Amino acid sequence: MQLIRCPWCGPREETEFHPGGPATVPYPADPAALSDADWARFVFVRPNPKGPSREWWAHSAGCRRWFAAERDTRTHRFTGPMTAGAP
Amino acid sequence: MADTLVPTHPLERYLPVLAALTEELAAVPGVDLALGLLPTTAAVDLRLDAREATTPDVVGTLGGRLPSTPNTWTTLDDGEGRALWLGPDEWLLVADRPAGPWEDALRAVVGPRGGAAVDVSAQRTGFTLRGADARELLALGCALDLRPASFPPGSCAQTLLGQAGVLLVAVDTGVDVLVRRSFADYLAAWLLDAAEEFRPIPAGEGDRA
Repeated sequence: MQLIRCPWCGPREETEFHPGGPATVPYPADPAALSDADWARFVFVRPNPKGPSREWWAHSAGCRRWFAAERDTRTHRFTGPMTAGAP
Repeated sequence: MADTLVPTHPLERYLPVLAALTEELAAVPGVDLALGLLPTTAAVDLRLDAREATTPDVVGTLGGRLPSTPNTWTTLDDGEGRALWLGPDEWLLVADRPAGPWEDALRAVVGPRGGAAVDVSAQRTGFTLRGADARELLALGCALDLRPASFPPGSCAQTLLGQAGVLLVAVDTGVDVLVRRSFADYLAAWLLDAAEEFRPIPAGEGDRA
């Protein structure tokens, strides 16, 4: 267990948060122009780094806002800055 | 003649239990804790761009300013109502007044500004915890630092108490706990169980350890 610093509410218990996947996969600028293979790559293929990972998290038991955070996947420690509403 | 339906508190059946427990705890030396039910009130969920929140007609309709600091609440209408911070563009307004007209009046003001006001009076119900040990009781199932230094009167927080999502509201004499109606029975059971901590150990049982 650890405290995660919500950009709005401040440090809160880890159980109040919900993960939302990598924040490094941008939505395609023109989705209709993608080939099936490229669309599948956007929908299913995710980076799986060993080390620092930029991720979406939601403070689901608190203010219910999404923010981007940096987490080290080896230690599960939140290391980087939390940014409200932006990757 | 049709029977007249009298509105009752959704947690009415816990009233005698909480009163009996409070009476019992009052007799315990060193324990300062009273449990009760929060009266049912109107509640409106307000969504509004924070930059619009300080405009004179919004402040005038509300009867006070919305809290701009996270995890705090302000009074409305000379202390009759409360505005609780829920998020950067979301507040819960609580007051003892007719919910429908209040919702309409607020919507007329915030609607043109891209905001929304929704009557959520039936969403939550609540408990009152009074006395110096109110925070000790909550600390048994809440990870927040509830000491008065970091959670002074005027603070509020959405967090977890036991397994239930709650809205804690720090007041001068204790803490109000707002909880969604569907979780209220669970939370009542949780509070009654947690309060066991403050009851005297029956004669003889304390010797076994």
